[in-house]
Amino acid sequence: MVPMLIIMPLVGAGVAWLVPDNRWRPWLLPVTGLIHIFLTIDLVSYPPQASLGGWIRLDSLGSLVLLAISPLFLACAFYSVGYLAYRQERSNRTLCMGLLVCLGAMSLTAVARHLGLLWLALETTTLVMAPLIYFNRNARSLEATWKYMLICSVGIALALLGILFMAYSTMVAGQEATLLIDPLVAAARHLSPAWLHASFVFILVGFGTKIGLAPLHTWKPDAYGESPGLVGAMLSGGLVICAFLGLIRVYQVCLAAGDTSFYRDALIVMGLISTAFAAIFLVRQNDFKRMLAYSSVEHVGIVVIGLGLGRGALFATLLHLLLNGFAKGILFLAAGNIHRSYNSKRCDMVHGVLRRLPWSGGLFLAGFFAVTASPPFAMFISEFGIVSGAFADGHTVVPVLLLLCLAVAFMGMAANVLPMAFGERLRDSERTPYRDSLLTVGPPLMLAALLLVFGLWLPAPLVRIIRDAGMILEGMS
Amino acid sequence: MTQLADQLLVVVLLLNFVVLATSRLSVSIRAVALQGILLGFLPSIIHTFSWHLAAISCGMIIVKGLLIPFLLTRALQRLLVQREPEPFLGYLATLLAGAVCMAVSFVFADRLPLAAGHQGLLFVPAAIATLLIGLLVLVTRRKAVSQVIGYLVLENGIFIFGQLLTEAMPMMVEAGVLLDLLVGIFVMGIVIGHIKTEFSSVDTSRLTALRDT
Repeated sequence: MVPMLIIMPLVGAGVAWLVPDNRWRPWLLPVTGLIHIFLTIDLVSYPPQASLGGWIRLDSLGSLVLLAISPLFLACAFYSVGYLAYRQERSNRTLCMGLLVCLGAMSLTAVARHLGLLWLALETTTLVMAPLIYFNRNARSLEATWKYMLICSVGIALALLGILFMAYSTMVAGQEATLLIDPLVAAARHLSPAWLHASFVFILVGFGTKIGLAPLHTWKPDAYGESPGLVGAMLSGGLVICAFLGLIRVYQVCLAAGDTSFYRDALIVMGLISTAFAAIFLVRQNDFKRMLAYSSVEHVGIVVIGLGLGRGALFATLLHLLLNGFAKGILFLAAGNIHRSYNSKRCDMVHGVLRRLPWSGGLFLAGFFAVTASPPFAMFISEFGIVSGAFADGHTVVPVLLLLCLAVAFMGMAANVLPMAFGERLRDSERTPYRDSLLTVGPPLMLAALLLVFGLWLPAPLVRIIRDAGMILEGMS
Repeated sequence: MTQLADQLLVVVLLLNFVVLATSRLSVSIRAVALQGILLGFLPSIIHTFSWHLAAISCGMIIVKGLLIPFLLTRALQRLLVQREPEPFLGYLATLLAGAVCMAVSFVFADRLPLAAGHQGLLFVPAAIATLLIGLLVLVTRRKAVSQVIGYLVLENGIFIFGQLLTEAMPMMVEAGVLLDLLVGIFVMGIVIGHIKTEFSSVDTSRLTALRDT
């Protein structure tokens, strides 16, 4: 069953390559997405045994990642049918194939138990996204693609070296060299600390580049800003969570090795730098897609801080990781609609969205409130949980600084989003054929409903999965 | 046999400096190709023969020694650029920086404990030095092709380190790494072609439209 999760999207990509018709091809995406989400629910409910000699197994952390990417992909898939109907002037073959291969690679990341295989899956997601960022075929998207390719390739190469260092730390300890996670965790106490530290630093820098932690985030505003909205949603919701999984798997080994203060401090410092950096750049941002990229930098910072704090904040952190993907899905898909309608992504050109596009404008506004953790959306629970958990564990400086950054980020985003939504319609703004339709509004609406429901009531199975995932990370504590 | 491996690594390190010193892109490409071929022989030298290692060697030599240089040379011919005229940092300065990188990596490697049987070998410092010099090329050169060459040198550094643990890296992962590298360079090559048609130059310092205002 588990290999089906990976093979099925790849088969879908093969079919997408064969389908000659530009109008019917995008329908492959929702079909694959639906099968994928049914498979995911089935596998998460009844986790199967390990297969392929222990290289592939679905644990709670993997389940959490699958639960994050599968609904997001489905939303993007339905949206893409509506979106690509407006983009019939160019072939969408590459886009459809890229998204499907990416889904397969992301699923492989979630179930891989071998760090080398995990790295391979992550590298594949990086590569297949490059042509999608270049979908618009202009100078700006080309520049974004080049920066993305180069920076992310270097980052992921450094992460590979970090993984090799980890394997070598087992050899120095006189153990059998391995990259399978379970034996690594079991032998963690005997691993050479010097190599393990070096490994963690390289992996934090490497996967941190792909996650987009400041100051390694420089590709992010460009890539998110220039790619179509649904590609931005997949990048910020899907790829980020997979890269996080890579970091968490390694962090798991480091925590099991004992003497954790080095790793925890490194994560907290990186996280604080990211949130502070993002808060500053959110304040005077005149491009609403780039603004979303900085919001993404802010939220990965929050998650990294939460991982570093651990203990009381851990449950909320893992919940935040899940919710952030959904919130980014709403924002990027709604932003894509607004961009289509106004043919501009400058905040000073886009005013009165609520009048022109009541649905997309309303969703963008709802997404803004969700992502800035306003109740009753679920991210309020997760951010509140991280801060209160930190205070409960006796930290004071870190949560206070975090709250300060969150307040600045909220004001910065509000100063951009509120005039966009409520302002007067500009007389000279361009007329475009785009109108809201079920296929372009429904998917983000579903994600918003999901965030709202989780804010009021967290389903018990989800709570159990997140708790189990926390146990995997921090042992019995 | 380990002595032969060390001598091979010295040649690899010298090739790094060839890449740093030359302004002719075709020379850089050949230097990296030679580096790839030499590194391809490495697994067969340090370990006893097995089909697994032979396959890695062949894959490495074919991909890094033949396919990637072929792709890059073809890109060069299409682009009509031969030289890297004005890097962000001059050639003398990058050579000095490269020497500093080399010294730093020897100091760094000295502080890390080695597994039994690896003492006194050049693998760790050579890997880190090659990695750093690759990064140096990547950040100081303007032309897109030079940046790809920097990335290749960086990858070679990682491959050198990987040789210390061929047992932990089963064939599938290694083959996958090589394939990913090939696809990555291929994608980069295509992007370079587009940069050329879009900006009528492969000078990446012209890619400055995207910034925060």
